[in-house]
This record gives sequence, structure tokens and C-alpha cells, in this order.
Amino acid sequence: MHNTYLSHNNIVSSLGFDSVIVVDQISNEISGLRLIQEPKIFESPLYSSMISEEVLNEVFDRLRTKLPHTRLEKMLMVSLKTILKASKIELTHRVGLLISTTKGNIDVLEKDSRFPKERAYLSTLGTELQNYFGFVTEPIVVSNACVSGVLAITVAKRLVDHGKFDHVFVVAGDLVTKFIISGFNSFQALSDLPCRPYCKSRSGINIGEVAASVLVTKDKSRLVEESVEILGAASCNDANHISGPSRTGEGLFRSVNWALKEAHLSPEDIDYISAHGTATMYNDEMEAIAFNRAGLGDTPLNSLKGYFGHTLGASGLLETIIGMHSLQRNTLFASRGFKELGVSQSLNIIEKTTPKKLNTFLKTASGFGGSNTAAVFRKV
Amino acid sequence: MDKISHISAYCHVKKNAISLNENILFENTAGDFAGYMKSAYSHFKIEYPKFFKMDRLSKLAFLAAEVLLGHPNTSKENRNMAVVLSNSASSLDTDRKYQESISDAHNFYPSPAVFVYTLPNICIGEISIRHKLRSENSFFIFDAFSPGFLKDYSESLLQTDNTDEVLCGWADVDEDSYEAFLYLVSPIGNYSHDEPQLTKLYATP
Repeated sequence: MHNTYLSHNNIVSSLGFDSVIVVDQISNEISGLRLIQEPKIFESPLYSSMISEEVLNEVFDRLRTKLPHTRLEKMLMVSLKTILKASKIELTHRVGLLISTTKGNIDVLEKDSRFPKERAYLSTLGTELQNYFGFVTEPIVVSNACVSGVLAITVAKRLVDHGKFDHVFVVAGDLVTKFIISGFNSFQALSDLPCRPYCKSRSGINIGEVAASVLVTKDKSRLVEESVEILGAASCNDANHISGPSRTGEGLFRSVNWALKEAHLSPEDIDYISAHGTATMYNDEMEAIAFNRAGLGDTPLNSLKGYFGHTLGASGLLETIIGMHSLQRNTLFASRGFKELGVSQSLNIIEKTTPKKLNTFLKTASGFGGSNTAAVFRKV
Repeated sequence: MDKISHISAYCHVKKNAISLNENILFENTAGDFAGYMKSAYSHFKIEYPKFFKMDRLSKLAFLAAEVLLGHPNTSKENRNMAVVLSNSASSLDTDRKYQESISDAHNFYPSPAVFVYTLPNICIGEISIRHKLRSENSFFIFDAFSPGFLKDYSESLLQTDNTDEVLCGWADVDEDSYEAFLYLVSPIGNYSHDEPQLTKLYATP
């Protein structure tokens, strides 16, 4: 049995178009959240991290494609191109393409979109990427609410372990749209201020947009200095409510336990938790309960939502990539926006960016539909 | 060691009828989707009022799971049954409805009860709640029913300690067309778990 690793990686975001640049910003505690005035998306200004159209188009033009592409396709293509080029992997039938998104090109349903409504099909988004890059295998799209990004990594690992592929390119992205903002607003889940995960003064989420990509591979000769091994992963449904988290954190608790079991690790072996931390009342409280039940109440933990907001189907992959760099730099990044603990159970929130020898981390996510995922990674 | 997998049962919910394995259990005489679902709900004595709050995709997948798994009972609670569903239109049926509710500034009425269904995996949540399945779950999108992938992914889940069975299949709603084909991957069963068999079962009856 071989091991499975995360290797080449990229982040396209308001903090930059390269993982190292983005992580440099985070290590300086610089947030990509800005007060954005965009009446086409929301009537009043709101905090979000959005990618500059101008910069995106400038970088996208270097891809030299003649065909018209949507904003999300441009983000995903720019991100994927970077790691494909760096990895130099030939696209054979042993190489998979996995796309993680919740809403894909949902903006083409808007009245004034210049793209046909058919572009909203997620398989069409997959075909666009497949055709541009020349993948010979059928693209696989994972759409499982806010856990999609972590789930996509675990699906890639399972397919590699099962012998279906040698390498899988995972790319994730979602847009800030009127569709998403009005929906979260109808749930009264949006914050008027930059979000404050786990803080007493938290008042809801910010929505942001990124594209992120990573190579999942079993080939140890294809690794980069920030590579990690995927030791264990699991997802578990709460079987409780479609839009609210379980009060006991059951699904997350089980996901963490199962992932640790598969990794043959105990809670004390985890050096750092990259948690979901959306800064809604219910989510953060649920996580605090689940982590304490799992014996992880003292483990250093952060939410990166204070840097990008919630980037939906990309968040889990984005935050895993930052976790890889966190391990490589032996640095715990501050959980931006946190001041005073505002959940009922103790959590060891990282208040300041600090150096610490790190070997392992746990990534978790939870989302609508009662979904939860957890994955455990170790430095190579 | 690799666990051996079979297909123990399969269910179709098509426009004309609902069937379990080779047997047609219920024929649609209602015509429209809402009437069809309502009469099937009565026929199968489902008694779960939340069914009527669901969107069309959730109703369809829920009904197929109900026929396949039977009434929920406690003996199933500790069965480690993963749920792996797929389709082509994701949640577009409800996405279009939601988009309609926000496209006119003078008639702007976004509803959380609609918005929550703008994710395809919500139907997995509904099935998990009904059958108390605290298990692995994931939703995939493909252009068409993709038996090879579903087989590979189900088998890979069965290699893990927390999955003994997989509730797997296809549930798609797109404007006037809809269909569900769900099947149960188990250690024992009458049908082999391979791509040609899945292709055949999907196309029958």
C-alpha cells in the first residue's frame, strides 16, 4: 500500500494569485476582506474578499484562449494552469480532474448574463476545463455544500488509494453573487463587520471568493517542500437538520474520530486544527462542543474566515493549502478577528501568529445538509 | 482485505412508475409531479409531513430511498450505510426558482426555505435524517449516469472501517424531466456489483 500526498498548490484570491504570496500576507495578519460597494450584488456595502476583475483578466489573457469564459472559469483555469505547469505531469488516463464547487457558474442565470443558461450545468463547467487543459478522463464534480473542498481532497485520496488514478488535480472555486448574498442574508447569517470566528462579539459571516488547486499524488518524487501526507479522512452526516448544525456536534465529532482512527493517531498527536469557524452563533458553538468531545479542546486552533470570509466550495481546499504552508513554516497563524472566547466550551484559539514546531494538522468543515468532514495531514 | 460487494436491491422512480428490483410497485396516474409524489406518498404510507416541504429533487430521492430501504427502524441505525448520490442538473430546478425570486428589484422575495434547497446534497441530508444515517455522504455531478465512477468510489468507501453498505445512485430533476435510480451496495446480494450490471439495471425495466 502506497501513501498519498498533497503537492503543487495554488491560491487565486484578493490577497494574491500565488500560495506563497497569499501565505506571506496571512503571516503578516493582513486580511483580504474589504468593504465592498457593488449594488448589482447587494444593496448596501458589505465586507467581502473579491478578486479584481482587472487583475484576473490580465492574468487570464496570458492563457491565450480564444474562447469566451465566465468569471469562475477564468479563476479556476488560472489556478489550475499554475500547478499543471509546475508539476509537468502528462495528462493520461491515470490522471484525474476533480472540481469542487457549490454553485459553479450560477451567475449565468442572471438576466443580463452574456453566457447561455446551459453554462450553469456543473458538468459543463467540468467540460470547459477538460477541453482547455486536455484531460483524457471525465471530470468529476463534487458539490456537497460547504464541506466540498475538504471532501474533494478525500475523494481524490480514495480514488488514488483504490488504484483508479496515480494523480488527481483538484480545483475548487465559487463566486460572490447576488444569488449567494441574498440567500445567506435571508438566513440573517451575514455580518455587517469583518467576521470574528469564536469571538463573544461575533455577528455572522462574510462571503468571499477564491479559486484554489492542489495536486493529490502517490508519487513521492513529485512533491514540493510544503507537501503533506494525507493520513486519514472521513465525512459524517449529522442526520439532524438540513440547515442547522447538530447541538451535540455529533457528525463533526464522529468525522474527527474516524479520521484520527484511519490516521492511527490520537488527539494528542495533532499539533494544530484548521477549523471551519464561520462566525455564526450556532456553527462556532457546535464546533466547540465537538472538539471538546473529541479531546481537542486544548489544541491550537484557528479559523481563516477572517482573511477571506467564507469561500464556500473552495474554503476547505484553500484552508488545507494554508495549513500545508503553516506546517512548512512551523508557524501558527492568528485566528483573525478573535478577541474573547464566545463559545460555551474552552478552545485554544491562536491569538497571535507564533512560531511553533509543527508536524500534523487536522482540517474540518461543516455545512448545510448536515454534512461534516475531517482530514488529518502530516509533514513529509 | 478487500470486502466483496454486491447489489442487494435497486429502485427506479420514473415518470410512469415506481419499481423495486424487477417489480412495478406503483403506477403514476396523476400526471404532474406534485400529484404523482402525493399519491405515491399515500400509497407507500410514508407518514412524514416534512416530505411536503421538500423541493422536487429531495422528494424524488427521498421517495426512492423509502422504497429501497423500507420504513425507518432502529435496526438500521447502526448500519454503517454511506450515501453517494449523483445527477446532471445539480439543484438547478430549485436554483431557477430561487433566481426568479431575486431577479426583479420590485418583486424581491428571497426565502430561506427555498435557498436551503439550492444545494444538491440537501436530499442526502433529508434521507439521512429519515433513516438516521450518520455516515459518509457525498454528491457528485456528471453529464450522465456514471456507473464506473460510482462503482469505484463505493468500493473505495467499503475499504474503510466506517462503511459496510452504500446507498448509491442517480436522482435528477430538470424542468419537465426527472428520474431516480437508487441501489444498495452490500456484502451480500443477488446482483453483481460491476459496470455492465449497473448499466443494465439502470436501463431496466
